[in-house]
Amino acid sequence: MNEDMFRVLVVDLATGKGRVELIPGRSTAIGGSGLAALLFETYGDVVRPWNDPDQPFVLAVGPLTGLFPLMSKTVSAFKSPYHNQYTESHAGGRSALALRFSGYDALVLKGRAATLSCLNIGRSHLELKEAGFMAGMNALTAGKVMRRMFKGSSGHRSMLRIGQSGEIGSAMACINVDTYRHFGRLGGGAVLGNKNIKGIVIQGDSTYPLPEGKDYPLLFKKVHEMVTATDMLRKYHNLGTPANLESLNELQSLPWRNLQQTADPEITGITGERFADDTLLRNGACSGCPVGCIHIGYVRERFEEKDNRYLYRQVAYDYEPIFAVGSMLGVTKTFDVLRILDILEKVCLDAMSAGVALAWATEAVDRGLLSRQETLVPLTFGDATSYMAAAMHLGTGANEFYRLLGQGTLIAADRYGGADFACVLGQEMAGYATGEVFFAAQALGFRHSHLDTGGYSYDQGHKEKDVDAAVSFLLADEPDRCLLTSMVSCLFARSVYSKEMLAECLAVTGYPELASNLGVLGEKIQRHRWQLRCATGFKPEEIILPKRFYKVSTWKGPIDAVYLDALKSEYGRRISELAENEQ
Amino acid sequence: MKILTTPHMDRCIGCHSCSLACARLVNKRFSWETAGIRIESSGGLSSGFLAKRCLACDPAPCVAACPTGCLKQRPGGGVTIRRKLCIRCGDCVDVCPVDAIAADETGDIYVCLHCGRCVDFCPHGCLEMGSAEKKNMEEEL
Repeated sequence: MNEDMFRVLVVDLATGKGRVELIPGRSTAIGGSGLAALLFETYGDVVRPWNDPDQPFVLAVGPLTGLFPLMSKTVSAFKSPYHNQYTESHAGGRSALALRFSGYDALVLKGRAATLSCLNIGRSHLELKEAGFMAGMNALTAGKVMRRMFKGSSGHRSMLRIGQSGEIGSAMACINVDTYRHFGRLGGGAVLGNKNIKGIVIQGDSTYPLPEGKDYPLLFKKVHEMVTATDMLRKYHNLGTPANLESLNELQSLPWRNLQQTADPEITGITGERFADDTLLRNGACSGCPVGCIHIGYVRERFEEKDNRYLYRQVAYDYEPIFAVGSMLGVTKTFDVLRILDILEKVCLDAMSAGVALAWATEAVDRGLLSRQETLVPLTFGDATSYMAAAMHLGTGANEFYRLLGQGTLIAADRYGGADFACVLGQEMAGYATGEVFFAAQALGFRHSHLDTGGYSYDQGHKEKDVDAAVSFLLADEPDRCLLTSMVSCLFARSVYSKEMLAECLAVTGYPELASNLGVLGEKIQRHRWQLRCATGFKPEEIILPKRFYKVSTWKGPIDAVYLDALKSEYGRRISELAENEQ
Repeated sequence: MKILTTPHMDRCIGCHSCSLACARLVNKRFSWETAGIRIESSGGLSSGFLAKRCLACDPAPCVAACPTGCLKQRPGGGVTIRRKLCIRCGDCVDVCPVDAIAADETGDIYVCLHCGRCVDFCPHGCLEMGSAEKKNMEEEL
């Protein structure tokens, strides 16, 4: 596995046959993000639409996957149904180690299966199994059925599946990974649905030799101690990311009720501590990560009025989903948040996109742009029961309105009006109303993700309005993140895996050339991804910032429209310049 | 002699750090399978995890089944292994009542040696080296 060649399984879903390709390029593409871009360039087409069966769906891991703690993520890459451009989405669970141990650096799916099917791969098997009986099945039930269809190896495999939203082609459809993780954003679920793939089982049944000598185990121990014995990553497993809800609310940076507010005293109902005290059942972990940041809560329902008959379900929570269906929808009780998330898990919608879209719909109802004829249920901020029904309608495409909304809030606003208050920054916003830099950063970011760059932390650390400094920060912050997502590390570990530490890890595991070239490779991968994005149609100047973002007040005061526009314009110019540069 | 015990498996988060440590430090391999302790989910992640590992039988049926003397009874329970004597027959794998012995694609076997090197890598304290006399009393698999 240490050669310059990537070992890639390319499956033609139309025939159910695959071939193992040995593809050169490790020394420049590394793996993960870099490899995914290389594979999209090799097997994809920048012009043809996302739903052309011949467009690839890529899963890729990196050279350090499984070899060090938190090297536990998989990169998926595809042309997105949301904007018809190249994108990535990342997930953990067991997917990364399963793909590594199945013997491949990447899996490429081409073509479309004749009928709804499940794909099962491993070290010595490739099977495309007809699964028409799973049509319309929710993602959690699909997982249970797949465990019966593909017996054995429990715990040493990863199961990816889609719900109804992916089957109907919603641009907000995610891919469920091992029940509690997701390839969440930008519509990966619809890409699999379009390929007639209901689920993928990846069995990790290969074994590899390890480097001789003590250097590798000693370095592993050092990293393991950094992530477990120090407080470096404690915040991720203690309260987890939901700890940020209270602090962002204090900073007047938490979007509430479709971003009509940035703080609210009702935060006390949905803080990280409240979730931990009231709902937390246990933690979980991605394979290869001792941090255990997955927080699993529960919902309990009485299903008989007269008798004490209850059912319960386990529901994972994080900061972003709580923001999206909590503060953004004015839902301020922990169990109500989890009840909505439970529905979104089943229909397999990206919780962030769905919550923000429903927040827009609620304000559109308030303003008389939408009626019950469209929404089917009365949408009112704080009404969790109606949001549960609306989440189901959105995931199943219950009527034309919900089908349009599932293509993106701005698509629905184009039909019904209300674009001014659509909280869309390239896609439905992440939960950071921290200021001008974050708004520009997400609107133009490669994945339109808060993890593309550190825009939200820049806002919190800089009061001055220096356009050049802020944009230079965003562009300079991205290459190191590209390195991490090419290894493929969880971005929670970015404080551990400095460039120097990555070089050490690569050197002791047989990648001396990569170790010595990291300085330039991050920028190369950053540029390559932007080149693909631009070639597939991205034009920064076409990204519109809805007026709502100009009316926000944070701890720094009202948003400065001139500064925001200047940031967007300069960031867009610098991205285009970067993509045009051939170096 | 002490043996590996898993008294707190109900704390397990499924990170596989123990398996990967055993594979890395004891067997010099990189995989989920080539380890003396292997973590499986028991009906999906919602149902928690179980540890497949040697329960330190004494006498051990795998020792009796081994035709070449590769596996020897370990004082206090469990086995010691002399790899050069293994003929990859798989009889030990078949006879183990708790599926604790794994074989890779070449037939090489992997079983817990009760060395305890995995213990420090568990972030939730699920594993302990304990007394063979008290085994099973506080065991959670």
